[in-house]
Amino acid sequence: MFGYMGKILRINLTTGEIGTEDLDFELAKKYIGGRGLGTKLYMDEVDPKVDPFAAENKIVFINGPLSGTATPTGGRYMVVTKSPLTGCIASSNSGGEWGAYLKYAGYDAIIVEGKASLPVYISIDEEKVEILPALDLWGKMVSETSDALKEKQPGAKVLTIGPAGEKLSQMAAIMNEKDRAAGRSGVGAVMGSKNLKAITVKGNLKPEIANPDGLKAVTKECRTLIKENGVTGGGLPTYGTAVLVNIINEHGVYPTNNFQGGVDPNAEAVSGETLTEKYLIKRNPCHHCPIGCGRWVKSDKSPDGIGGPEYETLWVFAADLGIDDMEVVIDANYWCNELGIDTISAGATLAAAMELYQRGYITDEMLDDDVILKFGNADSVVHWLKKMGNREGFGDLLARGSYRLADFFGVPEYSMSVKKQDLPAYDPRGIQGMGLQYATSNRGGCHVRGYLISPEILGLPEKLDRFELAGKPTWAKIFQDLTAVIDSTGLCLFTSFALGAQQYADMLNETLGTNWSADDVLLAGERIWNLEKLFNLEAGISPDEDTLPPRLLEEEMPEGPTKGWVHKLDELLPLYYKERGWDEDGIPTEERLEKLGLL
Amino acid sequence: MAIKVKLFANFREGRGKIVEVDYTPGMTGQDVIDSLGITAPEIAALIVDGVDGKVDAMLTVPIKEDGYMAIFPPVAGG
Ligand code: SF4
Repeated sequence: MFGYMGKILRINLTTGEIGTEDLDFELAKKYIGGRGLGTKLYMDEVDPKVDPFAAENKIVFINGPLSGTATPTGGRYMVVTKSPLTGCIASSNSGGEWGAYLKYAGYDAIIVEGKASLPVYISIDEEKVEILPALDLWGKMVSETSDALKEKQPGAKVLTIGPAGEKLSQMAAIMNEKDRAAGRSGVGAVMGSKNLKAITVKGNLKPEIANPDGLKAVTKECRTLIKENGVTGGGLPTYGTAVLVNIINEHGVYPTNNFQGGVDPNAEAVSGETLTEKYLIKRNPCHHCPIGCGRWVKSDKSPDGIGGPEYETLWVFAADLGIDDMEVVIDANYWCNELGIDTISAGATLAAAMELYQRGYITDEMLDDDVILKFGNADSVVHWLKKMGNREGFGDLLARGSYRLADFFGVPEYSMSVKKQDLPAYDPRGIQGMGLQYATSNRGGCHVRGYLISPEILGLPEKLDRFELAGKPTWAKIFQDLTAVIDSTGLCLFTSFALGAQQYADMLNETLGTNWSADDVLLAGERIWNLEKLFNLEAGISPDEDTLPPRLLEEEMPEGPTKGWVHKLDELLPLYYKERGWDEDGIPTEERLEKLGLL
Repeated sequence: MAIKVKLFANFREGRGKIVEVDYTPGMTGQDVIDSLGITAPEIAALIVDGVDGKVDAMLTVPIKEDGYMAIFPPVAGG
């Protein structure tokens, strides 16, 4: 078997049983790996109606066939489970080193089932796998846990949850290498519900490659394309993702004060240019990554610096809260990493709370006269993040995410979320294709299921009219399907700024010994997308939830270059369903499922 | 009168964040970037007086007397 290690590790935390199973090579190729294969393995075993926190729920950690190879960015892994935030399929992706080392330890995937009676962690290396006690680690922050486990398991890579995951916050993340996050959809809380604190991996095994010389040649070609591309060879390495702050703001789609506005006059203070000029120490790349968008920045938390904020984090702890203080953002990012909590959902929940305060739903008395949750109050950010992560006082309500918070007050419309997952840093009123992709994303509000910002704002691979509706359903489908492919290979989505479907097919072919065309891999992406949709439908997620917050559909953008626009989802959605070959209610047709090999 | 030109990322190197360019009637974006030593292929996105579009087309649009431009090299993220 080429590309894969050929082994799946199954661990039952209720019984303590540990076993290995052979990977079905044909099944693996059909779903590629990562997000695709992880979803298939998960769906074959778990009832979609399962309570995400029940022992019957499972959680799959899976790398891709290109993870651990020399391909650029081949180090990522995916966490697949049912999301406690959305009730949808959750597949949350992370970089760093852990995904590659799972492979070096000899495994393509780990399926964790059951629930331990006391806190445990799993130690994996190529010789043995153990379930070990973690009582001494429970309650500890992410970096303290990581350091303690690295001392016990020298050379191991550590994946762990923080207090937020232990306390079942619906926005808890899974962290690896301390500052890399499988951030979205609350996957950390599923680990917490199983009393599973951490998983360590180490080893030196390597997958067998079908055509090593061919892979070497195509890897070289892809690395050259990445290096010569203006984004992956210039903008991202130099400024990180934070470079988006100014360009998104200048287009008037940079949400402020919980999406009440779209232009931040103080954006420059928290921009990528400012981060680079005043705070950057060095780049912080993931495994085998020639791009290195990750930042390592100055902070009073450590003389050596700490992991720095990404674009989404900069936005959510600044413009979305009416604040323009870079040091507050760097601090907030640090505490989210330590508590193990998704920065987007954490910040967006604070933004929703601030709007609820602005409108009189949250009162000073409810906050026990604690620090006021008010737009512009920089002191409130880290203060309430800590309470959120530890579920103290009003923080317990915040820990449930913006939708449950706003719904508690009877006004869910103030949650800027789709399928209960908070929207990222782009106002869809001025980016019509992106809004369609938000509404139809299988994991709820998300930018990395189909990044239409590329053509609609950034001019990549070509500039589209961001207000135009024609053609957007086709673009959304292609971007969603290609993203599903990349997420299944084990590579980083950012490679797609330089590479196309053909390059991914080439890398897979040389690794696996397949003979796929660009169309073949896109078809696999469409298969994965439909599989996720089927899970959601069986889980009870109605197509009625393919929508956007009412504000974005009804309230005109009040200012800037997007002034006067709303999102026109009602016009786009039927065209999108048609493009996907689904019926008019948004249900995949038998004919389409048959074509995709899903019947 | 002068046109305000906002520069971003590496376009700022040796030029600064905001540059003022003297206005002449009928002036287009192409005239502005010529005066700044920036070429069209280096530009990934361009906004003229609050309107964005394909770079080549936007460079031919006449700028208002008190107008502004925002010019971006290839940048991305997510
Ligand atoms: S581009 Fe950034 S996120 Fe992607 S692998 Fe490289 S450093 Fe990690």
